[in-house]
Amino acid sequence: MPTYRKWYYPYSSPFDPCPPLTRVPYETPVQLYLGFQPPGMKQFSPLQALSHGTLWPGLYTPYTDPYNPKKKEA
Amino acid sequence: MAKENKLPESYYTDLQALQAVDFTLVELTLYLDTHPDDLEALKQFNSAAKKSAELRAAFEARYGPLREFGHSYSSYPWQWSKAPWPWQV
Amino acid sequence: MWYYEKKLQYPVRVSACNPRIAKYLMEQYGGADGELAAALRYLNQRYTIPDRVMGLLNDIGTEEFAHLEMIATMVYKLTKDATPDQLKEAGLGPHYVNHGKSLYFENAAGESFTVAHIQSKGDPIADLYEDIAAEEKARSTYQWIINVSDDPMLNDALGFLREREVVHSQRFREAVDLIKEEQGKKKVF
Repeated sequence: MPTYRKWYYPYSSPFDPCPPLTRVPYETPVQLYLGFQPPGMKQFSPLQALSHGTLWPGLYTPYTDPYNPKKKEA
Repeated sequence: MAKENKLPESYYTDLQALQAVDFTLVELTLYLDTHPDDLEALKQFNSAAKKSAELRAAFEARYGPLREFGHSYSSYPWQWSKAPWPWQV
Repeated sequence: MWYYEKKLQYPVRVSACNPRIAKYLMEQYGGADGELAAALRYLNQRYTIPDRVMGLLNDIGTEEFAHLEMIATMVYKLTKDATPDQLKEAGLGPHYVNHGKSLYFENAAGESFTVAHIQSKGDPIADLYEDIAAEEKARSTYQWIINVSDDPMLNDALGFLREREVVHSQRFREAVDLIKEEQGKKKVF
């Protein structure tokens, strides 16, 4: 299974004014990997689907604030 | 004076039940748009549409019409234009 | 034609009167990659796209109006009881003197909506790739709003809207697969 968040490591100069972010995240959600959706994928119940924003767990790619991991998941 | 017109708590749970089945219908619609030959999904769509119609009829009987331009019935006096609207609840 | 339904697609609740987040949310109301732009883009492109994917553009375009209504509801709830001073504090002073508390199609920086951002090339691949890009851009906007929002109830609905961008992008990618297929061959899974 692919991971849905990757990181890159930008060059930081000793003269940069802010403390460097050593690694910078970016999202790589499921639609980059799934291909044409196969039939018969496992489903959420209607109420769960509503709260997840999709009918299929296989399409669910939640997002969390990477700078504030303790914040409630969106 | 602000008029107090509080909806019962059941309004929100009944609404959410309808939103849930209607959301399944949105998802199945987009899926079937690209997978028109998926018979299982099609059957699920038709049975969810039936379930939605039942929930909608029960909801409207309690809280008033949901659909515009004659797709819902109205009791007297005209109920459609009555507040609250969805952005107010 | 369209019929209005007197309900939101997803319940919208907010925790506090917070006009600053309302200002941020305007990016998804009247911004270049917002819900209005999305709805107008797809519903305009549907006339000149192969029949095979016309329905998908029609249906996603329709759903975008439901999302626009959710964003409007958030902005309305976050500002309806704010005082002029609170609006000023939140950077909405210029908005207030021009528009009062009414909604206006503008982005978070207060620039009016313009259709100049919405391309339609009449080339199915160009249009669908633009649509995929539009979904990814709207997804990023939701991420950045979530990063600057500390309202858990609002973030719940924003998480829903962000996931819809994922699903729409998936469907547009499938639409590309459908129209690039060799004609006369049947899709096998």
